[in-house]
Amino acid sequence: MKRNFTQTLGFTFLFSSLALTLLVLFSIIYFIGVRGFRVLSWTFLTQAPRQAMTAGGVAPAIVGTFYLALIAILFSLPLALACAIYLCEYSPKGWVVNFIRVGINNLAGVPSVVFGLFGLAIFVKFLKFGVSMLSGGLTLGILVLPVIISAAQEALLAVPHSIREASLALGATQWQTIRRIVLPAALPGILTGIVLSIGRVVGETAPILFTAAAFYLRGFPKSVFSEVMALPYHIYALMTEGTHPKEQTGMAYGCSLVLLLLVLAISALAVFLRQRQRGRFHV
Amino acid sequence: MFDPVKIKAQHVDFFYGNQQALKDISMDIDVGRVTAIIGPSGCGKSTFIRLLNRMNDLVAHTVLRGHIYLEGQDIFSPAVDPVEIRRRVGMVFQKPNPFPKSIFENIAYGLEVNGYRDRDVIEERVVMSLKKAALWEEVKERLRDSALKLSGGQQQRLCIARCLAVAPEVLLFDEPCASLDPISTAKIEELILELKKDYTIAIVTHNMQQAARVSDRTAFFLLGELVEMGETQHIFTAPKDKRTEAYITGRFG
Amino acid sequence: MKERIYKTIFAILAFSSLVFLVGIVIILFKEGLPIFKKVGFFSFLFGRAWYPTHSPPEFGILPLILASAWVTVGAVLVCVPLGVGSALCLHELVSERQRAVLKPVIEILASIPSVVYGFFGMMIVTPFLQKVFHLPTGLCAFNASLVLGVMAVPTVCSLSEDALSFVPKSFREASYAVGADRWQTLTRVVLPAAGSGISTAIILGMSRAIGETMTVLMVAGGAAVIPHSFLEPVRPMTAAIAAEMGEAPMASDHYHALFAIALVLFFITFSFNIMAEFVSRRFRIKLGLSG
Repeated sequence: MKRNFTQTLGFTFLFSSLALTLLVLFSIIYFIGVRGFRVLSWTFLTQAPRQAMTAGGVAPAIVGTFYLALIAILFSLPLALACAIYLCEYSPKGWVVNFIRVGINNLAGVPSVVFGLFGLAIFVKFLKFGVSMLSGGLTLGILVLPVIISAAQEALLAVPHSIREASLALGATQWQTIRRIVLPAALPGILTGIVLSIGRVVGETAPILFTAAAFYLRGFPKSVFSEVMALPYHIYALMTEGTHPKEQTGMAYGCSLVLLLLVLAISALAVFLRQRQRGRFHV
Repeated sequence: MFDPVKIKAQHVDFFYGNQQALKDISMDIDVGRVTAIIGPSGCGKSTFIRLLNRMNDLVAHTVLRGHIYLEGQDIFSPAVDPVEIRRRVGMVFQKPNPFPKSIFENIAYGLEVNGYRDRDVIEERVVMSLKKAALWEEVKERLRDSALKLSGGQQQRLCIARCLAVAPEVLLFDEPCASLDPISTAKIEELILELKKDYTIAIVTHNMQQAARVSDRTAFFLLGELVEMGETQHIFTAPKDKRTEAYITGRFG
Repeated sequence: MKERIYKTIFAILAFSSLVFLVGIVIILFKEGLPIFKKVGFFSFLFGRAWYPTHSPPEFGILPLILASAWVTVGAVLVCVPLGVGSALCLHELVSERQRAVLKPVIEILASIPSVVYGFFGMMIVTPFLQKVFHLPTGLCAFNASLVLGVMAVPTVCSLSEDALSFVPKSFREASYAVGADRWQTLTRVVLPAAGSGISTAIILGMSRAIGETMTVLMVAGGAAVIPHSFLEPVRPMTAAIAAEMGEAPMASDHYHALFAIALVLFFITFSFNIMAEFVSRRFRIKLGLSG
């Protein structure tokens, strides 16, 4: 009887922890959803802020976030792909691979605010890009480098060895094999990694605090060297700066909802893509 | 003078790390004939055949001693490009391994990487290879379908067709029927007998009946050594070595 | 030869990703070291007063380190039971089909940005704590711990579930075969077998929590004093960097001090990551997966 009692008690605990987790997470979405929805409107999505951040919309922040993500991916994708290809296809197994892998894992663990400082010292000051879209985008690019690398590596490793052999046995060179056989087969997995990293970039705030973000701009950024507004930073700024805390809070709810929907949609897409690929090669 | 020997292995030792997989193998593969390599699992027969087109280059930490000559040229000499060797010596693997592409593209790929550009020539050779591999009738209506939709036996014949398209001189079969049903196996064997007219063939198999059915000469490997080699008829009716006799009469393996 | 060139190009690009890691270390040292010359390594690390803008300024980061430690410990207390508990529940108690839905949902929830958690903490958790504990302000270490803890749950849960799913089925069958019930099998066979995998998840979760910036910046309260209770406002290291860098004049002592904090932070998270790497390697060897 005692055994059964322990089991029931234990399982109850496990159940309640899962239930509590889901409850808390969904209540966050619920609160922000309900209060943000009141603010949400076509104007909110398509216009710039007006009257000291108390009216208007967040369009420049949406556009800024989009640009930052674009720069980050354009910068990191080629590097990450090359790195993954080298690790999976070219390099002999051994200390070189291990060394790079441990390095990349550690890069993934560096706090985002430290990336921000690095971006400040290198891009803003040393390379004199100033506080700009370019500096912020590049900083974010370095931040997601390990994310894309590990997704691409996983995708490359999932390509069966047998079709590499088949290609080489036909007299293809290694580069032909990679470009014509391995990369196309790994493409969906790599795509998942890209989507995943876009989700990450869109939500990051700390790296752009001192490299790119502006609280308020009149219009859309004009060049890669101008400052940008970005959704996550805009939420933070609405809560901590400005002179009309009450009205700004409402705006912050709307802004949070937009960011939340954006990020959840992106990561849902990534998860969906990944589910669909499972077992693709089990012929 | 006509040299009947296509591939000549001389005193080949091969190691995976510290483990010796092949011990002092010397044997010839004759032009225009089918040479079968038989032996129990782990005897080194696959390892050996994979040396013949340098597929083992892809495995790390291996050491090779001795020489393998393809028409008198040492294929492991530093001056030789392994890619060139693989163009001349094609290989069909244990498990069918079509590319995740269409049937047509699977075959066209080999041609493209070997420098064919003319679409008409490529199409012509794709059709020819499919016919040679006795697959044409089954797939001619759906060349653009994914190769992964074919049955296992069809996939394997597609892999053979893919091989034939690049016009190799030698075909290596590494247990080509290991994952196929008896009917598909029979088709592949028929095909091998047909291909013998145009190619030099080496086939690794653990199925002795198969070796007896398709081959002209047979080599018996055991624990990394070449125990005996000779005309298939002789090996199966009057083996010289006791170990060969024990194996072919089914006493081990 | 053409192939050589390709290989070399890829090798160079692969190593250049590492350059960033090295670059970060170099920058942190270059910009952080000057403050050690001025204040001294130990009085920087263990100084009890952080008044970077007073005159004369004081640069002791003990309050910030302790704040980070408190908040992280608090977050771990929240996220480990919830995260590991949820993972066990997902692994053991729900049907295959429910898991096929819940696992992706939790993975999706893991992507909620930290600034949204911070915002939620400010708007919902803060007034709640204020009311319950009769605080002057609800922004405090406890608040940060709660929010940070909840934030880490999906990650810890998802990684732990992965570790659990790596445990071979045969272990479990063997346990049932000797008459153990499900709870015993779960706690004495499956959990220990997945133990180091789960530890890796927890270590990574902690490393994340220490380095997390926006949430603590928004809800920890920001007071740079040595904490005495969870209900006091604190200023963790990341919050100090984020809040003050904007005002610190370029190349001033304050600027260098903030980089030095980042250096300390870097080494803390670095050692956590190395630890996770080490533990997870042992895990893979233990289960006979590729080492």
